[in-house]
Amino acid sequence: MFDDFFIRALVAGIGVAFVTGPLGCFVIWRRLSYFGDTLAHSALLGVTLAFTMEFNIALSVFIISSLIALTLIQLQKRTNLPGDALLGLLAHSSLAVGLVVIGFLTFIRFDIMGLLFGDILAVTVDDLLIIWIGGALILLILKLIWKPLFASTVNYELAEAEGLNPDRAKAIFTILMAAIIAISIKMVGLLLITGMLIIPAAMARNISSSPQKMVIYSIIGGLLSVILGLFSSLEFNTSSGPSIITAALILFILSLFKIKQSIKLKN
Amino acid sequence: MSNSQNILVKLKDAGFCINDKWLVKGVSLQVEKGKIVTLIGPNGSGKSTTAKIALGIYKKIDGEVEKYTNKIGYVPQKISIDWTLPLRVNDFMVLTENLNKEIIDEALSLTGVIHLKDKNLGDLSGGEFQRVLLARAISKKPDLLVLDEPVQGVDFTGEIALYELIKKISDELNCGILLISHDLHTVMSATDHVVCLNGHVCCSGSPLDVAKNNEYKALFGEQASQILSRYEHKHDHIHTDEGEIKKN
Repeated sequence: MFDDFFIRALVAGIGVAFVTGPLGCFVIWRRLSYFGDTLAHSALLGVTLAFTMEFNIALSVFIISSLIALTLIQLQKRTNLPGDALLGLLAHSSLAVGLVVIGFLTFIRFDIMGLLFGDILAVTVDDLLIIWIGGALILLILKLIWKPLFASTVNYELAEAEGLNPDRAKAIFTILMAAIIAISIKMVGLLLITGMLIIPAAMARNISSSPQKMVIYSIIGGLLSVILGLFSSLEFNTSSGPSIITAALILFILSLFKIKQSIKLKN
Repeated sequence: MSNSQNILVKLKDAGFCINDKWLVKGVSLQVEKGKIVTLIGPNGSGKSTTAKIALGIYKKIDGEVEKYTNKIGYVPQKISIDWTLPLRVNDFMVLTENLNKEIIDEALSLTGVIHLKDKNLGDLSGGEFQRVLLARAISKKPDLLVLDEPVQGVDFTGEIALYELIKKISDELNCGILLISHDLHTVMSATDHVVCLNGHVCCSGSPLDVAKNNEYKALFGEQASQILSRYEHKHDHIHTDEGEIKKN
């Protein structure tokens, strides 16, 4: 069954959507959109590393993204630069260094478009294993740190005062972000991964009244985006990443009508 | 009088310094089970800072904090909640601990906001939100309650009722309370120990002791001193009427 590349892509995309749904909610709640972008851009460096050292792509992206995240935390402590400037610095310099390294790798044929925007043809059975096992692990860990992470998202001091150890939860969450980027890079491409995190969650925010509902709708939105996006990618011969994100955008636009209705009801 | 086993939190010569400026320095106090300790002092005197030191929110502190419990309920003075979160009162109540429905409903009823439980937190008024904050803190049945101006923005009758509730909770749960308040009238009738802060401990003791203190008079004025002593007086009467404590 997994012989068909399209089935593989679909199974991979569904696995990714289950994980990006809940993580995306936290990205929105904690205002981490640009943090996600930075990690994703640094992934290019991870990919080139994988090619030069003949290493597993997901693993090397995970390592590089984690290192960038730790660097960011250190820079925040040691410099007086604002957070967004540091994010921009890390995002663009790691992207640039990644591209320069690719320039040196003339002996390898590089599908740079596939890397930036996702390539459904490239998903292998090994990738499926990484996505589903890695994804299950991410979700399990997220469930374990849910209480302190959510409480500190609402209010850091309350969580700290009532003994929930929010700093630890935040550090673990950062690692989870690096992990989801690593496992979804082949599907969505590194320029659009943050879109997969944010857009379904933003759609869910428009139609939900509680955090749990937002997580569920975000997962459903992600699943629909993957399915619609991949089918249209097959139909119109477009890159998988942009097609998925465009489908997510359409769902987001539809969700705006629901807001309009609820505003009307209030008035 | 003070049994060491009853101590919930103890500050020894504690202080907190940020950007070379001492927010508060040299504070020693302890909160025991069933006792209400009130921090008073002018704006910027370090009351909230002292509470945060006791709670362990500030970590790089001077001096020592000894905490003997982890069951803590906290009502912060300022709370900024991001409205990108779809959060109802019900969700907020279980923020730091899972509680069953009866306990949540009971706490919300006690603070008079049970009718708001399905409302979005962002749609509450300041006073309503304050009542929810208090309900959340007490619903966990904590050993230690830290209340930083818990009735700000609450209407006048509600204010009195909530202070009575706080006193009742302290008796029923036998929990210790660290209270910060500006309202000398209402608070003093229930307080066991007053710590008057002004960047340092300017005086401390029973409400009556503090009222007599000259530094306190200099800080708050003669009139405040009369309020305090009057309430201390009333406090004594109530107790003798009920026959609980025969102080006089």
